[in-house]
Amino acid sequence: MTTPLEENMIHSTVAPPDPAVEGAAVAAPGRDAPIAVKIHSDGAPKPEVKGTPTPQTDVATVPVVRLRGMSFYYGSFRAVREVTFDVPKNEITALIGPSGSGKSTILRAINRMNDLIPSTRVEGEVLYNGEDLYGDRVDPVEVRRRIGMVFQKPNPFPKSIFDNVAFGPRVHGLKGNLNDLVEQSLRRAALWDEVKDKLKQSGTALSGGQQQRLCIARAIAVEPDVILMDEPASALDPRATLQIEELMHELEERYTIIVVTHNMQQAARASDNTVFLNMGEDRAGYVVEMGPTTQIFTNPKNQLTEDYVSGRFG
Amino acid sequence: MAGASTAVPAVVVRRSLAGQGADWRGLIFQGLLLLSVVITLLFLFILLADVFSRALPVFTERGGSFLSSSLSSSAARSGVIQGLFGSFVIAIIVVIVAFPIGIMTAIYLEEYAPDTRLTQLISINIRNLAGVPSVVYGLLGLAVFVQLLGPLTGGRSVIAGGLTLAVLVLPIVIITSAESLRAVPQALREAGYGIGASRWQVTRSLVLPSAAPGILTGTVLSLSRALGETAPLIVVGAVSGYFSTGNASTVDQLFGRFTALPMIVFNWAREPQQSAFGPLTAAAIVVLLLVTLSINAFAILLRNRFEKNW
Repeated sequence: MTTPLEENMIHSTVAPPDPAVEGAAVAAPGRDAPIAVKIHSDGAPKPEVKGTPTPQTDVATVPVVRLRGMSFYYGSFRAVREVTFDVPKNEITALIGPSGSGKSTILRAINRMNDLIPSTRVEGEVLYNGEDLYGDRVDPVEVRRRIGMVFQKPNPFPKSIFDNVAFGPRVHGLKGNLNDLVEQSLRRAALWDEVKDKLKQSGTALSGGQQQRLCIARAIAVEPDVILMDEPASALDPRATLQIEELMHELEERYTIIVVTHNMQQAARASDNTVFLNMGEDRAGYVVEMGPTTQIFTNPKNQLTEDYVSGRFG
Repeated sequence: MAGASTAVPAVVVRRSLAGQGADWRGLIFQGLLLLSVVITLLFLFILLADVFSRALPVFTERGGSFLSSSLSSSAARSGVIQGLFGSFVIAIIVVIVAFPIGIMTAIYLEEYAPDTRLTQLISINIRNLAGVPSVVYGLLGLAVFVQLLGPLTGGRSVIAGGLTLAVLVLPIVIITSAESLRAVPQALREAGYGIGASRWQVTRSLVLPSAAPGILTGTVLSLSRALGETAPLIVVGAVSGYFSTGNASTVDQLFGRFTALPMIVFNWAREPQQSAFGPLTAAAIVVLLLVTLSINAFAILLRNRFEKNW
């Protein structure tokens, strides 16, 4: 891949997760667990002013998804309370927090996946490039095409590897060479070399890690803007987890990624920004603190955040 | 290995591993299970052996003419061709009417309808309909298909009989199809929605292929249920003596009086015990069994094919 990414990749391999620590960290990270913090390759703080000369840095500061006082209700129960945060373009934003803090609910509200659950309701705004995704004329199907999703448990279709990736382009009637698109998607998902000789085989016959990368290939085959990942590595072994994290770094060049994770090390290693959520007295999730991942993990402003990222609760 | 000071004597280890002797209750339970299987198979075997042994002379003496002859007052000349024709037409009507309506109803209830009280009420009522005795469906068929729609169906015709049986199996088709749809993992639907497929695309390309083996098995089995029903056909007015179709055209046969295999079995079984119709009854049962068994075999074949091919 291109040079700016290499440092990230190398960084990930330089500090691999200790399998034992990693395993424990899924439930509750150990207090003394080493936390590798991702450092931007340029080492310099990103300019926050719009309209700077270099297009790359300009792009990096534009929020693609913005939540504005978003609350989410299951029936009369408010599961998420007035959440506000921005998701910068072409960066990885991690949502962390204990069980019940609404991470997955927020994630699934961003591509209107929660519409599938009866009697759910959103208040406030979820903006995508400035447009309210819950506006009157918004088609949730179109939303999900632009904001793709990778689930906790790999869920390939019981179809061939090729058909898994080709499914999205087919249902959207995408023009062009399907073979090329499938190959390109599988390459971007870092799966091509492993499956190029068995594209006709069933996707469900792959290993867990391969299945998850197949699901990522399937998601990017429809050329989304944003990819939502709901604990994408929690069902995988440490090796496959690392592969997914490396892949996320490669994907961030083209896509904006929002990832929910229980794994503190993963958030620290793999994300640029972190949103820390907690469950309040009313059992609704709310944002405690957000910021660059480095700051959240090394210099949190809130005591609760510090306790959580250092493994004292959660 | 543990140190010598802490080693447990071999005898003690052996005794502790030996268990507590025979598990009598477990053995008795297992014996009961086995007994149930034996009893079931025994009944089935006696039934089949009895029927086949009584039917055998008919097939050896008459051969194919039993299948190709019409009903007659003379046992020696009686055959089941009219019953085969009637059952065949009934099967086609059930496939054309009950399968699409039933499967589509199930798809609507499972995939499209909002999960409200009304939907639940409808589902429960469909379940209840499946438990309604078949003779009641016969009365419905008599009122609706024979009398009300008589001008269209030809009155006491095979079409009226077929429609009645189609309505009879409709709830079964809906229930088995709905259960197959419910068995499709939600993760599959989410995967489809997650890449921006519409409900129609998710249902058509993911849910239905996944549920197809179960839907097919259930619907085809309901067909063999329809072919075995007698009571509704009696009420609807299937012929219970013998009748001549003579040189009647197929259209005449469709809109005229009819009979079906189970009706023939029923009629012949009503003849005096020692009459010459006894062996014929057994032979007709064998024909009916073969028809339903081949339909079931077809269902299994179809399911295996679908499971491999999608």
